[in-house]
Amino acid sequence: MIEIRRIRKSFGGKPVLKGVSIDITEDSATVLIGRSGCGKTVLLRILIGLLRPDEGQVIVDGEDLSTLSRKALFRMRKKFGMLFQGAALFDSMTVGENISLALREHTDLPRTEIAKKVREKLDLVGLGGVEDRMPSELSGGMKKRVGLARALIMDPKYVLYDEPTTGLDPETADAINELIGGTGRRLGIASVVVTHDLVSARRIGDRFAMISDGHIVFEGTPDAFQACQKPAVRRFINGAGLDMEGRG
Amino acid sequence: MMEIFARFGRNVLDILEEIGSASILLYRSVLGGPYLLQRPALVANQAFQIGVKSLPLVLVVSMFTGAVSAWQAAYQFRGIISMDFLGAAVSAALLIELSPVLTGLVVAGRVGASIAAELGTMRVTEQIDALETLAIDPVHYLASPRITAGWTMLPVLIVFSSLLAHLGAFAVANTMLGVSAGTFFGSVQKYFSLRNVYSGLVKALVFGGGTALIGCSIGFRTKGGAVGVGEATIRAFVYSSAFILIADYILSIFLF
Repeated sequence: MIEIRRIRKSFGGKPVLKGVSIDITEDSATVLIGRSGCGKTVLLRILIGLLRPDEGQVIVDGEDLSTLSRKALFRMRKKFGMLFQGAALFDSMTVGENISLALREHTDLPRTEIAKKVREKLDLVGLGGVEDRMPSELSGGMKKRVGLARALIMDPKYVLYDEPTTGLDPETADAINELIGGTGRRLGIASVVVTHDLVSARRIGDRFAMISDGHIVFEGTPDAFQACQKPAVRRFINGAGLDMEGRG
Repeated sequence: MMEIFARFGRNVLDILEEIGSASILLYRSVLGGPYLLQRPALVANQAFQIGVKSLPLVLVVSMFTGAVSAWQAAYQFRGIISMDFLGAAVSAALLIELSPVLTGLVVAGRVGASIAAELGTMRVTEQIDALETLAIDPVHYLASPRITAGWTMLPVLIVFSSLLAHLGAFAVANTMLGVSAGTFFGSVQKYFSLRNVYSGLVKALVFGGGTALIGCSIGFRTKGGAVGVGEATIRAFVYSSAFILIADYILSIFLF
C-alpha cells in the first residue's frame, strides 16, 4: 500500500501541491485526473522518488521514502514500473535491450531466460517479434506498448502511467486503455494513472482522484465522480464535454 | 551600472554552481567504481567512443601541429641558434604542451560536447528518469563509464598524438629546412627527458577526466528541450576548453 500524506510542492515559489493526501491500495487502478498543469504528474514523480516534496510523506509498504538512503530508494523502486508520457525508450538500444535492461542489471538470469521473458512481455502487450527494432522505427502506440513491457519486466507491485494515451489516435488510445486495464487486472498490479482524458480514465480506473488548485477535491468511484456536484468536478466534466456513461 | 554588476554576479554564481555540481557528480561517480568493475563493457564502449573514434581527428591535428611547430621554431632559430637543436626544441614543446593541450581541446570539442548533447537529450526526453525508475543509478550507469574512459583514453591519444607530431615536425625539417634525419632525431634523443613525457601524460589524464566530467555534469542538468540541449552542448565545449587552459597553467606550476 502507498500512503501519501500532506504532500506540498512548489516550483519557483509557486505552490503546485498544497497538502495532498491519498492512499493507493493494492489491486486497485487509481486514476489521478485534473486539468493540465494541476500537479498530477508532479504527484506521480514524487510517488516514485523522482521529485522530493517540500513537505509531507510518501510511505510505500511501511517505508517512508523521505528517510531512505539513495541505495534504499533504488531498492524500493524495484517494486515499481513506470510508463512515461513519451515512452522514454532508450534510443541507443533495441526494443529487446530496452525491455531486458532491468533484468540484466538486477538479476543473474542467463541470456536465454532473459530473451524468453522479453518475448513473454512483448506478447503480453501484443508486439511479438519486434525485439531487434530500434525505437525510432516504431509508431507512437508501439512505443507506448514497448514502454509498458519494459515497466512490467521486473513483475512490479505498482505501475505508474503518465498520460498513457496522450498524442495517440482514438483507436490506438483505446487499445492502450484496454491493455493497461487488462494487464493490471490479470497480473494483480496496483496501477496509478495520470490523465486528463475522461474516456481513458473510465476505461482504466476503478477509483478516481481529482486534483484541483493543489488539493484532492474528489476521491471515489467513477460513478460517484459522474454524480458529484462539487463545482470543480462539474467544471471539469462539463469542460471535457463528455457524458461518461455514454462514452465509457 | 547596477545591471552590469548584477549580470557579472549571476555569471559568477552560475560558474560556482557548475563547479559544485561537477564536484558532487565526481564524488558520486567515484562511488560507482565497484559497479563498473562488474560491468567492464560499459567502459570499453565509452573508451571506443572517446578514444578510437577521436583518433583520426587527433592524428590529423597532431601532424599539422608538429609541422607548424618545426616551421615556426626554425623561423625563430634563424641566425641565432643552430638547426641542430631544432628536433630537441620542437620535441620538448610537443611533449609538454602542444600535444596534451591541443589534443585536449580537440577532445573537448568532439567528446565533451557530444557527451553533453547525448545526456542532455536523455534528460529532456525522460530517459534518465526512466533509468531511475528501473532502479538503475544514472550516475553509475552513464557518468562513471564516460569519466573513466575520459581519463584513461586521453593519455593513450597523447601517445599517438606525440608520435605523429614528431613525424610532422621531421617532415617539415627534412623536406623544407634541409635538416637530416640523423640530426633531427639525434637532437631529440640527446635532450630527451622522461619527465617531459610523464608530465604530458599527467596533463592528459586531468584534461580527459575533466572534459568528460564537465560534459556529464552539464548533460545531466539540461533543461528545456532542443534549445536546452543546444545550449548545453555549447556550454560543455566552452567550459571544457577553459578548464583545459586553466588546468594546464596550474599543472605546469606543479610539474616544473
